[in-house]
Amino acid sequence: MNAARSWSAWHRSSAKLATSLLAAMLIGACGIPRSAPNVSAPDEAMQMRWLDRVSWGASATDAQQLAHQGMPAWLARQLHPGPEVLPPAVQAQIDAMTITRTPVEPLARSLDAQRRAADALPDEDPKKAARQAYQQEMQRLEREAQQRFVLRALYSPNQLQSQMTWFWANHFNVNARKDNLRALVGDYEENAIRPHALGRFRDLLGATLRHPAMLRYLDNAQNAANRINENYARELMELHTLGVGSGYSQADVQELARVLTGVGVASLAADAPSPNVKPALRGDYVRDGLFEFNPNRHDYGPKTLLGQPITQRGLAEVDEALDRLARAPATARFVSTRLAVYFVADVPPPALVDRMSAVFLRSDGDIAAVLRAMFESPEFTASLGSKFRDPVHYVIGNVRLAYDDRPALNVNPLIGWINRLGQPLYGHETPDGYALTQAAWASSGQMAGRFEIARAIGASGAVLFRTDDKAPLEKPAFPPLAQSAAVRTSLPAFSADTRDALAQAKSPQDWNTFLLASPERMRR
Amino acid sequence: MQRRNLLKMLAAVPLAGGAGRLLAAPSAGGAKLLVVFLRGAYDCANLLVPISGSAAEFYAASRPTIAVPRPGQPNGALALDADWGLHPALASSVMPLFQKQQAAFIPFAGTDDLSRSHFETQDSIELGQALDRTRDYRSGFLNRLAGVLGGGSLAAVSPIAFTDQLPIALRGDAKASNMALGAVARNGIDARQSSVIEAMYRNTALAQPVAEGFSVRDEVQRAVKAEMDAAGRNAMTAKGFELVARRMARLMKERFDLGFVDVGGWDTHVGQGAGTGYLANRFEELGRGVAAFAQEMGDEAWRDTVVVVISEFGRTFRENGNKGTDHGHGTVYWVLGGGLAAQAGGRVLGEQVVLSQPALFQNRDYPVLNEYRAVFGGLFERMYGLSPAQLNTVFGGVAPRDLGLV
Repeated sequence: MNAARSWSAWHRSSAKLATSLLAAMLIGACGIPRSAPNVSAPDEAMQMRWLDRVSWGASATDAQQLAHQGMPAWLARQLHPGPEVLPPAVQAQIDAMTITRTPVEPLARSLDAQRRAADALPDEDPKKAARQAYQQEMQRLEREAQQRFVLRALYSPNQLQSQMTWFWANHFNVNARKDNLRALVGDYEENAIRPHALGRFRDLLGATLRHPAMLRYLDNAQNAANRINENYARELMELHTLGVGSGYSQADVQELARVLTGVGVASLAADAPSPNVKPALRGDYVRDGLFEFNPNRHDYGPKTLLGQPITQRGLAEVDEALDRLARAPATARFVSTRLAVYFVADVPPPALVDRMSAVFLRSDGDIAAVLRAMFESPEFTASLGSKFRDPVHYVIGNVRLAYDDRPALNVNPLIGWINRLGQPLYGHETPDGYALTQAAWASSGQMAGRFEIARAIGASGAVLFRTDDKAPLEKPAFPPLAQSAAVRTSLPAFSADTRDALAQAKSPQDWNTFLLASPERMRR
Repeated sequence: MQRRNLLKMLAAVPLAGGAGRLLAAPSAGGAKLLVVFLRGAYDCANLLVPISGSAAEFYAASRPTIAVPRPGQPNGALALDADWGLHPALASSVMPLFQKQQAAFIPFAGTDDLSRSHFETQDSIELGQALDRTRDYRSGFLNRLAGVLGGGSLAAVSPIAFTDQLPIALRGDAKASNMALGAVARNGIDARQSSVIEAMYRNTALAQPVAEGFSVRDEVQRAVKAEMDAAGRNAMTAKGFELVARRMARLMKERFDLGFVDVGGWDTHVGQGAGTGYLANRFEELGRGVAAFAQEMGDEAWRDTVVVVISEFGRTFRENGNKGTDHGHGTVYWVLGGGLAAQAGGRVLGEQVVLSQPALFQNRDYPVLNEYRAVFGGLFERMYGLSPAQLNTVFGGVAPRDLGLV
């Protein structure tokens, strides 16, 4: 990227950003009753709300950095992040993980060998024990991926990248419970999603298509000429690109499924020979890590997709099809809508989606550019504080508020809280991913569950700082929320009912619980 | 074309002169309805299997590796009537209910929505709105039913979803609760804290779900405690869907009269099995749960209860290249209850067609001959004595199809 160009672009956008924020602050200032005049209070409170949206949840440290760098510079670093620098105690946890130390190909092969060896044992009891050991190892790898995700969400300075990694993993959802995906989800996130989370949509789409987690999850590993499996082809158009009802037909699904024949996963067996490809097609064979394109399984007949013939041959057909899908106006609109639902409102303003779609098309799917257009819009600023948090945002936002940058030594309790609220990481069974609207989450059962989590964090959040589950909790076991600068900044804008409740607290634990259970904490 | 000759009209009894048996008024101790949604589109062609003549041959030829064998063969279908057999995994659960005239099946059921998308079709069915109109995502058909039955007040009808999140079917103006029953956790928030928190929300849009959340939490805790007391007396501890089903029955018996639950794991694109295997295991668990629900309700409440098992669509009639099936169209609904009408219980109902290649929809799927809004509309008329205006509120513009179910 051209540094000079990007600097001047930022100069322009910073002016825009400042204008729209100023307008919102003026509007906000009129509506917020204040006991004492404090010129900086609405400014700070507005910054906190802005941070609550752009990050996983505002923390005092982020607020300081934002104040120090200024909003435009801070946002620029979020949209185009540098290398991630984590606190050493956090980085050490990630460095020690198997999914960090072992690349996915040898990892998947060794687990497959472990499974085969277990199945080959002649006696029942050792076989059972070996199978159990295999399952536990799979479980452990999935848990590592969850832990790594949570650690980054809590402590990464690249907050937007982390939020977008979750968003795209949800958009291109896979479920760890299928096949051997527990061993693959960490790599799927790390190498297919995260590097492209703020990059080009087309690259992201291509990376998910080549990942064995996706190919197994949506059954394309089994899709072959004359043995068509149209599962992935359908979801690729319905959920990943064009969106349902955007004009493609059942015939398009079938044609795309034919395009995708032969796109699969290489055999995991150590002694498996390369497929015996017909001599005429040998040049078409592609092998890249666990990804494999097998010409023997590909349907080389002519195809038409969305009214246009496919002109390439072999794996190049897939790239041609993805280009067509990624550049379709329906895709720009569908993806922009999803982004706006995630970041702005359950029913996003159509004018905003129009502008985002236009940027998407003009920039050839530059995700950061689309996000920038959204963050700079008056609609975004006007919506601050009104978006209902889904469980992941609720739990991570509250832990960030409660403990700021103090590194957790054990995030398993936090993973348990997310699970209890019904949004486990890599755990959504169906390819549509989790819904991101209030209607999907603000049910009676969910609210009752959230209050329990508010108490778990507010009364005994110290569970995050002991590595031994049986060790006593540090004293005090509750977070110093009442002393938090971030909390103090936000409190004046809380409703009278919430402040009444806080006044009824009988202990700091109680106060914390009520704070985290408050209506204000349910929104970002 | 001999299509007319192929059509069979079974048990389509018109509701003439109030001949339909109305269940008790839907207030306390009255009619109860549970909708079980099989998410993922279960393979209905292996649930209800054609067992006679050309249909049976066509079925076997279309499914070389996944056809359920004919009755009498190992792991073969269980004959329900001359034409249809039931998957053998349901031998000890649903088959006895069918024999007691407490179960019926409606093949060729479903929606006219043709997207073949799980999510789009699930939403569409749960909304229950006419397909030619703009969707209102805030209004599900069970919620509208609750509104009609109770005039919108929780005192008269009490709906609940036994799910983590409130499903679209129950979203809307009428109050509806939800609570998943698989793993019920211990409460840390005590009564004092609950009332303080409830007060925080009294002037917000979330006041109702918050209040309901605390109330339902207490109900569920009571039900689980009763279960643990029973377990203390050496009762068998149920697992999986059976555990959920027993808890649902306890709650519906005492407190709720409109229930919804969903069961996943039906999207069998690969290796679904035949008389045994993956799908058979799913049927077995589901059947065990349904039978446990009936048992746990007890004879009296079960007589006033109707369970309807639905799914978003069927699957391809022909096996795919991976010993599985892909997204199709028509499916089979199950209707169960202790008070099914004599002409309905123990029968395969609704408009049908003899399965053959020309009878398939788009040469791949079951056709839809019994549209779900019409079928549910007919059922609700009978169960609740809904007026045409009330029915029109639940399913706008529907022409109800009375299958004489209760």
